[in-house]
Amino acid sequence: MDWEIVIGLETHAQLSTRSKIFSGASTAFGSPPNTQACAVDIALPGVLPVLNIDAVGKAIRFGIAVGATVNRRSVFARKNYFYPDLPKGYQISQYETPVVEGGQVAIQLDGVEKIIHLTRAHLEEDAGKSLHEDFHGMTGIDLNRAGTPLLEIVTEPDMRSAEEAVEYAKTLHALVRWIDICDGNMQEGSFRCDANVSVRKRGSDQLGTRREIKNLNSFRFLQQAIEYEARWQIEHLEEGGKIQQATVLFDPDSGQTRLMRTKEDAHDYRYFPDPDLLPLEIDDAWLERTREDMPELPAVRRQRYQNELGLSAQDTVLLVSDRETADYFEATLAAISTGDRAAAAKLTANWINGELAAALNRAELELPASPVSASALAGLISRVIDKTLSSKLAKEVFDGLWSGAGSADEIIDKRGLRQISDSGAIEKLVDEVIGANEQQVADYLGGKQKAFNSLVGQVMKASKGKANPAQVNEILKQKLDKR
Amino acid sequence: MINSGLKALSQNLADRKISSVELTRAYLERIDAHNGAVNAFITVDAEASLAQAKAADARIALGDAKPLTGIPIAHKDIWCAKGWRTTCASRMLENFRAPYDAHVIERFNEAGAVILGKTNMDEFAMGSSNETSWFGPVKNPWDQERVPGGSSGGSAAAVAAALTPAATGTDTGGSIRQPASLCGVSGLKPTYGLVSRYGMIAFASSLDQGGPLARTAEDLALLLDVMVNFDPRDSTSLDRPEEDYSRMLEAPLNGLRIGLPREYFGDGISGDVRTAVEAAIDEYRKLGATTVEVGLPASELSVPAYYVIAPAEASSNLSRFDGVRYGFRAEEYTDLLDMYCKTRAQGFGAEVKRRILIGTYVLSHGYYDAYYLQAQRIRRLIARDFSQAFEQCDVIMSPTSPSTAFGLGARMTDPVQMYLSDIFTLAANLAGLPGMSIPCGLDSAGLPVGLQIIGNYFSEARMLNIGHLYQRQTDWATRMSPVAAS
Repeated sequence: MDWEIVIGLETHAQLSTRSKIFSGASTAFGSPPNTQACAVDIALPGVLPVLNIDAVGKAIRFGIAVGATVNRRSVFARKNYFYPDLPKGYQISQYETPVVEGGQVAIQLDGVEKIIHLTRAHLEEDAGKSLHEDFHGMTGIDLNRAGTPLLEIVTEPDMRSAEEAVEYAKTLHALVRWIDICDGNMQEGSFRCDANVSVRKRGSDQLGTRREIKNLNSFRFLQQAIEYEARWQIEHLEEGGKIQQATVLFDPDSGQTRLMRTKEDAHDYRYFPDPDLLPLEIDDAWLERTREDMPELPAVRRQRYQNELGLSAQDTVLLVSDRETADYFEATLAAISTGDRAAAAKLTANWINGELAAALNRAELELPASPVSASALAGLISRVIDKTLSSKLAKEVFDGLWSGAGSADEIIDKRGLRQISDSGAIEKLVDEVIGANEQQVADYLGGKQKAFNSLVGQVMKASKGKANPAQVNEILKQKLDKR
Repeated sequence: MINSGLKALSQNLADRKISSVELTRAYLERIDAHNGAVNAFITVDAEASLAQAKAADARIALGDAKPLTGIPIAHKDIWCAKGWRTTCASRMLENFRAPYDAHVIERFNEAGAVILGKTNMDEFAMGSSNETSWFGPVKNPWDQERVPGGSSGGSAAAVAAALTPAATGTDTGGSIRQPASLCGVSGLKPTYGLVSRYGMIAFASSLDQGGPLARTAEDLALLLDVMVNFDPRDSTSLDRPEEDYSRMLEAPLNGLRIGLPREYFGDGISGDVRTAVEAAIDEYRKLGATTVEVGLPASELSVPAYYVIAPAEASSNLSRFDGVRYGFRAEEYTDLLDMYCKTRAQGFGAEVKRRILIGTYVLSHGYYDAYYLQAQRIRRLIARDFSQAFEQCDVIMSPTSPSTAFGLGARMTDPVQMYLSDIFTLAANLAGLPGMSIPCGLDSAGLPVGLQIIGNYFSEARMLNIGHLYQRQTDWATRMSPVAAS
């Protein structure tokens, strides 16, 4: 039977504010347990929440970025349940009226664009952490994370494969970093997904019963968990079983999902508006200020790179994968004064997506930590454009830039790497090589094309790689053909 | 001196006729002698109080005194005061020492007032008789077989027994006004949002409001000057220009329009209460006021609306008392759920548990609309009734409580009867309006009757003026309870 997988994602993006959403305590990661939990965070008797305006500003940025409605009035609600790492016995969240409603995210998969619609995005506080190890059968509670601001971003059930879900998650991940509302650090839990998965017979317009996979904190786990879960549901249905609405956990070690709780024992959260907080009011001025402060969005930049610079879709997807890369690209391009814009853009894209990306990858560095600055790379590319450098020697110069040997021009001069484009000098080298390789000349004249390549190689070697290869080709051919 | 008002005490301190240490010691001695009879205080810490008194004396000597500098004030044990045991009269917090000051405590400390002790109350402010306290009931200083009212029963009784010149309380449904009425003292619940709730242990956040209790309206004004203050740590705190609440005390009452809600003078009021309240209103007519009958038809829904909203909020507010981080934890338990269940079963008293159950029920899936949302609609109707009434009158007067102090234990087995004790006070909380109770007579058993004055939003200064001129005209506020006289 032919099954269709239906997926909706709920993503918790930790907002990169300095202090918590309802208290003044720091949100910095990795401090000793409970050193960043103030009276409000540990829910002492009598303390009250005060909304962090910065968190709201970040939610508004998100709403604008995804073309959603930013509600002028939204309401904080209490979600009531008992758990040791939930100090108040309720989580402050938004329920009936979230700050952001609607909106969409476009994903690119195999060169095809697909729109994923968003249901809503709401502000809420994170809980603390329960530590089950190292406490001799007891549980330790760390409340440093309690009260960290989260934006929960909920999609419609628009995705049809694990690949689409992962692509959406990656696009969203890039977007929240791009608009500077979340650091996206998945190891630290700053960006984590719950996946609602159901299956149905292809062609059906009814949704199947869903199961929710909780807390997936890597794209790989997201993919594996959805694939496993969908396979499990299909097998279960094909064996005549029924799916019960449930929450499941993914175990990365076994690669399987396992039941956490069914709908029957789901909590009744008893949501009601939090009387300690006034409704959140966002006026036009705030919205307008935020709009003006927004960076150009990745989709807009990608279009611009394609339309104005003639770059390919493939090139641009990589360039706008994060704002640092796109900004680096633009800074590099701006510092190249020579040559045709489109050609410079193409060359710059190649260098950033190729040599630079590979070097960063090898060194396990992120772009902002790159030893090669945008202007340094521009210096290198300029010398390629004006043919001072051959592409082979350009790589050597790049290595020099990487290791801090100076600017491209300094390296070229110091190491004498300037490309030889002087025809006289090249002719002299060609004559020498022809004179010393009678056999290969004869082979070429006898119709062996390979022999020509070998001769070119020898000329290049004799020039220590500096001869302009195009000129070497041309002159060698002329001289041989005269014979 | 024990019977002086705050203004006179302040003058005596300024004139160095008495020191704060002497004054504080005098009250501590009275507490020593009489608290056994009334059980108004949960915690007294003479050393801490006298240290503050000493500092106040130094401040007075430097000429840096404010009106309340050096004056001992008792605080309802719902306010967190740094270093002080803060119990909310619950076993759950029996040994909880607050690590920080409530905003109101900070304000009193800045004013140089002395914390005289922490007063008894109904557990988590849930009750109208002060019988739900883990630390035992407070006895009414007028008749120790009777209740003082609640939940600020300890504060009202402490003032009535002259164990303190003044006290703070909190009022969620009448918890300042009703005990003030039953103990023959003055008490005021300000407009919601004027007194910061930061550091006040929450019962029902949208209704809770701190306020003062003292002998007279004049004293209340001085206390309000300190208590009312914008506090960014409470999102419902109102940022308004500072007021001098004494500024209008002597303003004449000519032309004052008093609204008398017909719903508050129906059956169910004891005869003596009606007689005393009507006599008080006659007194106001003599002072130049006119009266007009007004209607507050939605008020009859106050009790059901209140007993949905307040327990709903309470059920959530009290979830933090779970035995995990501080406070009481059951000694033996098998697992986490068992720890929660035993801790809360043993840590909370019956009335608190009753309200948590009601609140949990009305917020449950499938009931929320029928109860909580419906109650919120009633709340808006009640507020609208008042705003319409205030088109016809400046203040509304009624009995504070339908009866005078009832016997200890008399209503403990009948929660609905107990809840009806607050029938006239609930509406002001639901509407967020200021309400005051002042003594206006004694019943045939010699027990105090209270007159409730409800004003429009932010009309506290005018209300105090109305209370003050009545108190100059009559002597009800200066009548002493037997304990105070001893």
